[in-house]
Amino acid sequence: MTKVSKDIVENIARLSRIGMDSQELELMSRDITSILDFVETLESVDTESVQPTSQVTGLKDVWREDKVNNCRITRDEILANAPQTKDGYILVKKVL
Amino acid sequence: MIDLSNLGIHEAHDLLQNGEVTCRELVTFYLDRIKKLDGEIKSILTLCEESSLEIADKVDAKIASGQEIGLLEGMPYTAKDMFLTKGTRTTAASKILGNFIPPYTATAISHLNKSGAILLAKVNQDEFAHGGSTENSAFQKTTNPLNKDFVPGGSSGGSAAAVAADFGIFSLGTDTGGSIRQPAAYCGVTGLKPSYGLVSRYGVIAMASSFDCVGPIARSARDTEIVLHAIAGVDANDSTTVSYQQLTGKRSLELKNIRIGLDSNFVNHTSILEAKKTFETSGHKISSIELPDGDLSLAAYYVLVPSEISSNLERYDGIRYGQVSDKAKDLMDTYSMTRDEFMGMEVKRRILTGTYALSAGYYNAYYKKAMQVRTVVIDKFNEIFKNCDVVITPTTVGPAFRAGDKADPIEMYKTDILTVSVNLAGLPAVSIPAGVDAGTGLPLSLQIIGKLGDDNKVIALAKEFQSLTNWHKLDSKEVKS
Repeated sequence: MTKVSKDIVENIARLSRIGMDSQELELMSRDITSILDFVETLESVDTESVQPTSQVTGLKDVWREDKVNNCRITRDEILANAPQTKDGYILVKKVL
Repeated sequence: MIDLSNLGIHEAHDLLQNGEVTCRELVTFYLDRIKKLDGEIKSILTLCEESSLEIADKVDAKIASGQEIGLLEGMPYTAKDMFLTKGTRTTAASKILGNFIPPYTATAISHLNKSGAILLAKVNQDEFAHGGSTENSAFQKTTNPLNKDFVPGGSSGGSAAAVAADFGIFSLGTDTGGSIRQPAAYCGVTGLKPSYGLVSRYGVIAMASSFDCVGPIARSARDTEIVLHAIAGVDANDSTTVSYQQLTGKRSLELKNIRIGLDSNFVNHTSILEAKKTFETSGHKISSIELPDGDLSLAAYYVLVPSEISSNLERYDGIRYGQVSDKAKDLMDTYSMTRDEFMGMEVKRRILTGTYALSAGYYNAYYKKAMQVRTVVIDKFNEIFKNCDVVITPTTVGPAFRAGDKADPIEMYKTDILTVSVNLAGLPAVSIPAGVDAGTGLPLSLQIIGKLGDDNKVIALAKEFQSLTNWHKLDSKEVKS
């Protein structure tokens, strides 16, 4: 059984950009460990020469011309949902 | 006054076209029911009262001028809050989108708008469709209209409850691992998960892109067929969409002497006994098959889906739309505090599980392995369909469970054990009521699964079943007003 320690959860929480307190990390460590325990049954299948499936319909290389479509959404409509804007741009907190 | 309860599309259409009921009266009937009964059922997140009455008046004007209306014209329906609706709040039942007003509309909704159907309300679901009971909504827990102590199922629990409670004629849901079929089964209504790619996902809030399907929940298979035909089709805005022709080629879709596969594990289930009796009477042949192992399908699903979720939900960053934490001091805070504050525990659990499965050192053991097992499941179905036209199973092992009964995440995941393998293979499947559980008095349902692209065949068989039985007509005494 793979034990996903609190330290490992802290690392994946950081990678996932989810801030979590110690209690949540503890809970997630327990839950993810039991989920991985549950999916361990995958190991019982011999997949030595099996190709992985990432999509089911077999579509290949769907192309379109590289030109702007008839987009009717305006900049104002898009910015209307941004928490903070300034002069027609989205405002973010300081990066460094 | 004409009894408007539990109308189907054709019945409602005839009443409107013949001038027996106005569209305003029809819409008002549903709005009144919602106001009277939804306080307890809690299926509605946003009511579109003004816009629906406005469209109703236009339909009435058209009828009054002597014009013919289309079959879906003036049909009041609800949609899961996963579908973007321009100008109408769309939340995916998550606090992170609690204030989100989409600037465009999902293709499936646009198709329905064009055909004249009327969006009555946006309905509840598990947050981002992560769950099987609608208890994971960040806003409210929907109850089963047949018995409020039980869950309606999920994640399209608001849709199934709304149809069962007679809040509109049909509802639009999404199905990633059973999220249309399982709640339809728990609420005693009909739910259709189409072949993957048949209905555009454009404007549908993404959960797991190689699994997500859009489909209808209604009171009959006949109505799900009408809705499917209105929303299906290739869409330039979703490059994974395909046409029936692409999926079925020259296969016959005739409904004579159908060969039905049945796994021996289910022979004594109430829904299966009912199905055997009915289908054998109509001359179809039932033969024994062995389905892909349910635990294995579930295991592959719970690696692949959280992986796709962890990628798809990166977009909720507190910057471009949605909520932002007001405690954030720098950019890193903006991401991590926002996602912590406004996402629920199941959403976090899945993002973390997926991030773990995709991370360096574990990719081969989990993600790649699960993709290979997905191939094994598809191969198994291909084998089965060499000798069968369709496969039948119960939709769920038992009836709806009591609210609060499945607090353990894995116990909740297991409620989809009979539905997930269908999603791994992208197959069409319909869930129809086919009996009642003796203990709870709640419905039990039958799942009919077809080959990729055989949507019309599974629907036709469901229609045949419903023409010979009455299980789909049973409705709740409690919600009847």
